[in-house]
Amino acid sequence: MTAGPIADPARAAGWDAPGERIGFFTDTTLCIGCKACEVACKEWNDVPDDGLVFLDSSYDNTGTLGASTWRHVAFIEQAAPRAVAESMLTDALATVAGDIGALPSAPPEPRDGFRWLMSSDVCKHCTHAACLDVCPTGSLFRTEFGTVVVQEDICNGCGYCIPACPFGVIDQRKGDGRAWKCTMCYDRLHVGLEPACAQACPTNSIQFGPLAQLRDHARARVDTLHARGVADARLYGADDDSGVGGLGAFFLLLDEPEVYRLPPDPVVTTRDVRAMWKAAAGAAAMVVGLAVAAAGRRR
Amino acid sequence: MTVPGDRKRAGRWSGRRGRGEQAMVPRAEFRTYYDRPVLKVPVWKHWIPAYFFAGGLAAGSSLLAEVLAWSGDARAARRARASALAAIGASTVFLVADLGRQERFHHMLRVFRPSSPMNVGSWLLAAYGPAVGVAALGEEVGLPGPARAAGVVAAGLAPAVATYTGVLVADTAVPVWHDAHRELPFLFGAGAVASSGALGVLLAPRGRVPAAAARFAVLGAVAEVLAARRMRESLGDLVGEVYHVGRAGQVEAAARATTNAGAVLLVPRATRRAGAALVLAGAALQRFAVAEAGKQSAADPKYVVVPQRERAADRLNTT
Repeated sequence: MTAGPIADPARAAGWDAPGERIGFFTDTTLCIGCKACEVACKEWNDVPDDGLVFLDSSYDNTGTLGASTWRHVAFIEQAAPRAVAESMLTDALATVAGDIGALPSAPPEPRDGFRWLMSSDVCKHCTHAACLDVCPTGSLFRTEFGTVVVQEDICNGCGYCIPACPFGVIDQRKGDGRAWKCTMCYDRLHVGLEPACAQACPTNSIQFGPLAQLRDHARARVDTLHARGVADARLYGADDDSGVGGLGAFFLLLDEPEVYRLPPDPVVTTRDVRAMWKAAAGAAAMVVGLAVAAAGRRR
Repeated sequence: MTVPGDRKRAGRWSGRRGRGEQAMVPRAEFRTYYDRPVLKVPVWKHWIPAYFFAGGLAAGSSLLAEVLAWSGDARAARRARASALAAIGASTVFLVADLGRQERFHHMLRVFRPSSPMNVGSWLLAAYGPAVGVAALGEEVGLPGPARAAGVVAAGLAPAVATYTGVLVADTAVPVWHDAHRELPFLFGAGAVASSGALGVLLAPRGRVPAAAARFAVLGAVAEVLAARRMRESLGDLVGEVYHVGRAGQVEAAARATTNAGAVLLVPRATRRAGAALVLAGAALQRFAVAEAGKQSAADPKYVVVPQRERAADRLNTT
């Protein structure tokens, strides 16, 4: 099945007794842009360095997700009312304080007229994963946790998953030839550890757990933010009836998705695969028709 | 240095933008993250359009061979079978050449997956390739019976071989490819017929050009031009824009001009060979134009964001 809501993608993929579907909830209102997630991911997964460059895009010198970037912190500088800036600062400081036991002695004053959106992007582990659907080798597969993982010993570097991903996540690693992306720390999940990025996140902006639970929590968080006057708060990828059937990694955003380099209305390409094969059947009939028309009379 | 209002800044101050250069459509208001692509630009190199072209050429040639055999021109049929073998060999080599891990090409046949046209295509080639081989070589080694049977099998598979590549390209998130999923198989199928006929004309001895080959080339070329036009029209002004700008625009224009001229020159006997050469080149250029268009379509976030915004807005309005 390549479209429509699926309650349990792991079961749909053939696992007899999968565990609960797990996922990431990235609450961008809590992100302080420390990039600990990027570093922890690289360290744990032994992902190679992808260059030291200055991109002239606020504090973002990482660029975008790719074969060797499985977490990417986006930095967006915007004009914003004071109330919004204040609310975000308070929450971030409160979480830090919870971790280290004290608030900084002089909490910084939020500046009126300015806000800084930070968001840690990651593979979405889609319910309907186009990368997996189009993979000709079966290298990409659905795990028992409902996540999507590349088997590096199977991938032959055909590159098909790369233009298939509606989020521009997966990419081919130069010099290696294979496609790579976030595994949601498949190895750590097996021994009951949370993914490295979530564990490293100091503000709990990256939350990990059973997807259903995360969604409930995220909805409550949006309500809280709305009550505080942060009218922009909205969830991205939390609905099962979207074009990709809901995301295994979803987000709380403060602006339109495209501002964060997220597609506003992604659809899994294989939703239309039947129509495509039908068109091919029509085209095949045309090819036969042309050949018959060209045959003419027998000598 | 960046200052507020600088185009490179994301967000409210200046994230809204419209791109001016070469634009054929009115500037659309949309926002991006530092103009960075939402999609990954396909990593496929020139091997991939070459693999499409050669595969189509092979498929068309298998059909042409059966038509020629039926019409009683055994020599021309043999040439077409040899062409099919050479072309499908080249096509397979091109496909493997593009792999990041070439020694793992056989992993394509680990699974059967209808949602992966590349997988379906690999299975098709695994059946079609050997059939073409037996059809072309059987007679040489004294097995005319199996050769004839294999020729029929190859011709039976040929329409699928000629068209699945259209599905392969369409089954992606790249707007200019995905949105043309109804037209691309027709475009590639027509190109297969055109190019095989053209090659049949070119390989024929002077004065003995089989009429069926010339008709393949003319009918295929006309169908190809019509399918390309239909595709560009159905894509609309925004998503279809890549076929009018940049490298893809140039290659598409070249493909169109070459195929059109070739179809015209094929009709008079005196210019037949020149026409065939142009039709052959046009079919190749058309595959490269589609490949290039995909790269441009994925590289500019405009083609992703604006249509999706409109779609989301439409849905809000109807519910």
